[in-house]
Amino acid sequence: MRHLLDTKTLGREEALRILDVAEDMADTQRREIKKLPTLRGKTVVNLFFEDSTRTRISFEAAAKRLSADVINFSAKGSSVSKGESLQDTAQTLQAMGADAVVIRHGASGAPRTLATSGWITAGVVNAGDGTHEHPTQALLDAFTMRKRTFGDDSRGRDLAGLRVTIVGDILHSRVARSNVWLLDTLGADVTLVAPPTLVPQDVSAWPVRVLYDLDEAIADGCDALMMLRIQLERMNAAYFPTEREYSRRWGLDATRLAALGTGSMVMHPGPMNRGLEISADAADSPRSTVLEQVTNGVSVRMAVLYLLLAGATDEREDAR
Amino acid sequence: MSTRTVLHEADIARALTRISHEILESNKGPENLVILGIPTRGVTLANRVAALVSDFGGLPVPVGSLDVTMYRDDLHRNPTRAPQPTQIPPGGIDGKTVVLVDDVLFSGRSIRAALDALQHIGRPAAVRLATLVDRGHRELPIRPDFVGKNLPSAREERVNVRLAEIDGLEEVTIES
Repeated sequence: MRHLLDTKTLGREEALRILDVAEDMADTQRREIKKLPTLRGKTVVNLFFEDSTRTRISFEAAAKRLSADVINFSAKGSSVSKGESLQDTAQTLQAMGADAVVIRHGASGAPRTLATSGWITAGVVNAGDGTHEHPTQALLDAFTMRKRTFGDDSRGRDLAGLRVTIVGDILHSRVARSNVWLLDTLGADVTLVAPPTLVPQDVSAWPVRVLYDLDEAIADGCDALMMLRIQLERMNAAYFPTEREYSRRWGLDATRLAALGTGSMVMHPGPMNRGLEISADAADSPRSTVLEQVTNGVSVRMAVLYLLLAGATDEREDAR
Repeated sequence: MSTRTVLHEADIARALTRISHEILESNKGPENLVILGIPTRGVTLANRVAALVSDFGGLPVPVGSLDVTMYRDDLHRNPTRAPQPTQIPPGGIDGKTVVLVDDVLFSGRSIRAALDALQHIGRPAAVRLATLVDRGHRELPIRPDFVGKNLPSAREERVNVRLAEIDGLEEVTIES
């Protein structure tokens, strides 16, 4: 694997390989000494043009557990605020000897530009670009679903027949997009539930079923119910009248939680707006996987960095 | 290119039986033993040795697997390998005598990696090494305690161990 840019072009074999390696990484995280010497001498740069806490910390933890050196770069207070272009920033990192660049950018497609422009030879991992994709989030969600469903017997399995319902702001959500493509590749059945104003126009081309009523979707039953965050920073247009109305119609409150079968898991990529899209009852219930998702995120990102950096790349083989 | 079979099914069975007796003899019984195989074929061999040791010693001996992929020093020279599961028996390895089992002992680098991996899991009282074939050409100061067969080989030759559970037949061959 050279880069991880999206889940749309990620094949089934490659996706399962990442999930299986993540299982092994998760095993090592239960040991007394969690650090592995695997990526000693490699440098991972976290290049974050957008605010992020959990994704950046998760990547940082993953890289450090594999003994890589981590350099954190956030656009605020950096040369970017002085007007430096992506190309110059990238070439600076290249000159410092970065082996992998983990990038989050507000513009959809920025990671692909970085990977294909020839500016740098480092592997590129997309940590969220605009409203395009957030592949490691989808991988950790799939990992969590697989682990909850199959337990220790997860290795090698896909998600065939698993019914996943994703609720909320689909329009702005890169998490939803990445999940739709990956879950489809892994054989799951995906239903999207959202106010009509928050459903993307091109959704008819997606391998999903779209509903507008959360109660109807819950009555249909599902194995995993994923609540998305209402991205208040992107709500510059009036997508719904008030937060209270959104919460009443599309929020997961105690009544809806009770209506949901006891076998279904409740997921949220975080950070949660408690009381808006998810109630405290739902977030703290034993069916909630929110904290498991965080733990699994480190294992999945360790797997991605391992697969990206551990083996010989073509250039390095040529150099020998 | 020629291929020669150096151990047949019965030879492998005899070698493992002898190794199991030697383990019991050097440990003065089956107490406090943990047998760990190095994937892939080392695990198969470890399971067989553990069954024999339990049988001869009259006490079930815990067995598991120890993956060394993430501790190797040659990762960046080869295409990415997928790690294999590590399974440590519930009793752990602290204060135990761990017997590592591998199929072929060659440069000694896998065993070096295994010692590092063990150190991250616990602190055994002692670590021993059993191998079905020792083909020489060591690059590190590592020697086996229990050997199925010493097999003088040229560095370019390939030694293949095939086991019924994985390959459908039992043999050790040398290719030159």
